Amino acid sequence: MSARDAILKRLRDRTDGPLAAPECDFAVVTDRGWSAQERLERFERLITSVHGEVVHCHENDWTSALIEVLASKGIKRLALGREHPVAAEARSALAEHGVALVDVDRDIEQWRREQFDDVDAGLTSTRGGIAETGSLWLWPTPDEPRLISLVPPIHIAVLEGSGLEDTFFDVVERHGWAAGMPTNALLISGPSKTADIEQTLAYGVHGPRELVVLVRHTKEAI
Amino acid sequence: MTAQSDSVQAHPVKNHTVQTYSPREFHRQAHDALENPQIRANFRKAMDGLMGKRREVFSDWDLETLRELGANIRQRALAKLPDLLEQLEANCEANGIRVHWAEDGEQACRLIRELCEARGAKSVIKGKSMVSEEMHLNEHLQAAGIDALESDLGEYLVQLNQQTPSHIIMPAIHLNTDEISEIMHNKTGTERTRDVDYMTAAARQQLRERFMAADVGVSGVNFAVAETGTLCLVENEGNGRMTTSVPPVHIAVTGIEKVVEQVRDVPPLFALLSRSATGQHVTTYFNMISGPRKTAEHDGPEEVHLVLVDNGRSSIYQDDELIETLRCIRCGACMNHCPVYTRVGGHTYGTTYPGPIGSILMPHLLGLEDTKDLPSASSLCGACGEVCPVKIPIPDLLVRLRREAVGEGRGNVRGAGVKRSKKEVAAWKGFQWLATHPSAWRGGTAVAGKLRALTPSRLGPWTEYRTAPKPAKVSLHALVKRHRAESRPSDSPAGTEETRS
Amino acid sequence: MTPVKLYPPRPEKVYLFGTCLIDMFYPEAGLDAMRLLEREGIEVHFPEDQTCCGQPAYTSGYQSEARAVATAQLGLFPEPWPIIVPSGSCGGMMRTHYPQLFAGTEQEALATEVSGRIYELTEFLVHVCHLRLDDRGQPEKVAMHTSCSARREMGLAETGPALLKSLGQVELVEQVRAAECCGFGGTFAVRHPEVSAAMVEDKTVAIEQAGAERFVTSDCGCLMNIGGRFEHQQKPVKGEHIASYLWRRTS
Repeated sequence: MSARDAILKRLRDRTDGPLAAPECDFAVVTDRGWSAQERLERFERLITSVHGEVVHCHENDWTSALIEVLASKGIKRLALGREHPVAAEARSALAEHGVALVDVDRDIEQWRREQFDDVDAGLTSTRGGIAETGSLWLWPTPDEPRLISLVPPIHIAVLEGSGLEDTFFDVVERHGWAAGMPTNALLISGPSKTADIEQTLAYGVHGPRELVVLVRHTKEAI
Repeated sequence: MTAQSDSVQAHPVKNHTVQTYSPREFHRQAHDALENPQIRANFRKAMDGLMGKRREVFSDWDLETLRELGANIRQRALAKLPDLLEQLEANCEANGIRVHWAEDGEQACRLIRELCEARGAKSVIKGKSMVSEEMHLNEHLQAAGIDALESDLGEYLVQLNQQTPSHIIMPAIHLNTDEISEIMHNKTGTERTRDVDYMTAAARQQLRERFMAADVGVSGVNFAVAETGTLCLVENEGNGRMTTSVPPVHIAVTGIEKVVEQVRDVPPLFALLSRSATGQHVTTYFNMISGPRKTAEHDGPEEVHLVLVDNGRSSIYQDDELIETLRCIRCGACMNHCPVYTRVGGHTYGTTYPGPIGSILMPHLLGLEDTKDLPSASSLCGACGEVCPVKIPIPDLLVRLRREAVGEGRGNVRGAGVKRSKKEVAAWKGFQWLATHPSAWRGGTAVAGKLRALTPSRLGPWTEYRTAPKPAKVSLHALVKRHRAESRPSDSPAGTEETRS
Repeated sequence: MTPVKLYPPRPEKVYLFGTCLIDMFYPEAGLDAMRLLEREGIEVHFPEDQTCCGQPAYTSGYQSEARAVATAQLGLFPEPWPIIVPSGSCGGMMRTHYPQLFAGTEQEALATEVSGRIYELTEFLVHVCHLRLDDRGQPEKVAMHTSCSARREMGLAETGPALLKSLGQVELVEQVRAAECCGFGGTFAVRHPEVSAAMVEDKTVAIEQAGAERFVTSDCGCLMNIGGRFEHQQKPVKGEHIASYLWRRTS
């Protein structure tokens, strides 16, 4: 008998007989009842408490905020997508700003060393944010692959101000995650960190040292 | 400061004599740890910090309701385990994840080695995986000429120091900054420093080279979702993401109990895990993998494998009481709150999983012959059960294993009865006789005298640290009698027939 | 942990289960518990055939011996009166573990019925007697050590401190890690003496550093352990069972 069949058989022929499955009440992880303002405040408080930076901007000229961030951090080479509106708008705004735009729609094997060593920051869109924990959620795509939020030392993420939900559970439920997961789904809550050296926090141990969240607001919302 | 002198390379696994500890040597190892002020101080400081952070992060939660939900989700998954494993397998395969099954650690090691060899792999980078520690994967791969390097900073440091982790979440918690600086200096050529940022940056640079060069990444799994065929990894550092997305092959290895039914089960468990483990609202990364790189995609592994390991779990599964052990989500809160673990540290237990969860899990994996001192290494203070995010009744399970160890249980744990000794049985029979013969019991000092003789040699250690308790001249039974006699004339609670023999 | 208990009105009669440690080593504490209850106008019955709840055998894994000893206690409380136990550890055994111990046996129903009538002394004094104390003692700084069984198994972290706080002349000092185990743990102290010693050492240091002149506990195992450590170190800090302490200061 294969290991698989032997294991399953042992589980099915359980000595103490079949088990009853308890009901699960998920009320405790949903229905926070926060207003949009409360969500935003909580998101910002939580993500900044773990070293994330939040920059608020208007959706119409968010790229000037981006340009300021790039300038203040001395970012010369920015990796970004092409098709997503965030990437497209950034590309057109940055065309004349002396920042090298690094294409990410290339198979990683062709440019791994470059990505690891010669990119200052990665820019990505996000699918939304989670107020309760100060988290971003991303579903990487061929246009914005998974490693650009991980390998460069700075990750700049663009979040729609209206894209915040209360809890992770709410995101999973409202966006139908059960109906189909992408190859890779991510929650990102701050820059990479470790406390493995005597509980002292240090950032950027493997992933980005810095995470900047550009929150785009509609005119009315500000 | 430069991060690393170029001439020195980190090759911790080349000289592979890992410092080992054995559960058989619990007493000696406890003695050594207690004698080591550095160990005592490191653990005390770390555990105090972790307990405080956990308390704070749950302060605005209905924690009991959340724990109830966590326990129910895990219990539901166990109730449906064989069906969920088949569903997980089917959905993973549909997603392009190859699923493999292993009866024990050795079989799992062999499977992983063969997967590596099929790719001609020489270098494996590892994300944190306690199951891989449990089955000694690194040693196995090393013996086959495959280099296996840990990439979680704590695991990396422990591996550099030729040790095993002393905590399941914070592997290097037994080391302080100076010790780590010395280890990194000796093994990787970094400068001696107390600058944690410098050391972290050095490790980043050392490990990035290895991520790029690795042929295979091996990771653990925190939750495997049957409904979607998704593997979830919880981490702060990003090494887990690196391990699972940079090398061309990703092999995930996990115990068969880690499966959950639905995606919606994940948020509550993740909330409990991050808060219970390190007192964080959330970890930096929550990484959900549902397949290898698709045709249009530009990064991620070409192959993803899932190795499901039994290694004693299906045996635990048979028993209605013991099965609660399998609800564990490996947060480590039980060790953080354990007064014994805090004193003796993780290595003392001599097992992959130390502390309370280890003491109720390892006897099943290793047998009671080797682990008979673990279930007794608890004062049954209940702190572990109180904080467990999935409400495992750890103290009750410790008592159950004590029963099994002395042959008074169901006899369904390997090595049951190994601790039964004629001397101890006689002592407890004597105790039973006295406690069921009230008139003999009332012999007062005679009783005390007899009990003192119960285990004469074992009263020795008590008095090394404390004065010996002195039996009272007059027992409570006698005092009550006297009290009744004194009070009877004036106030007379009449119905004291029990005292009037 | 036991679910929230609904407390009955003050009864006319109760049983006292004195526990074996009190019987042998701290009989005054048992008598003082009796006096405290009697002062509240409650008739206290002390079944003479009581010996030990069976916990030492139970936690050592000697199930049949524990059951035999517990069986000998089960028949001692025929009337439906509350059973007062001046120990969280024995109280926890009788309330929480008796039903488990007798599950599937003929005595299961009886064990469950008895367990439902178990009250730890401070619990009963606070929640049933609503005890009011008139402190006649000298001003004193005192630390409370609530046993782990009282705290976690019976959910009684607050009753001991509440009683001490109601004493006008007593200053209850807060020790660091008050909720941490003192290292007694019954046979644990015998099987793992060095670990237990490290724990009690930390406990005595914490009590001393809190500035306590005395520590009070509701469990004689902890009393024996912590007090024995202080005495071994020839420290002036004395320990006392809470029943004795309350009685002494208010009589």
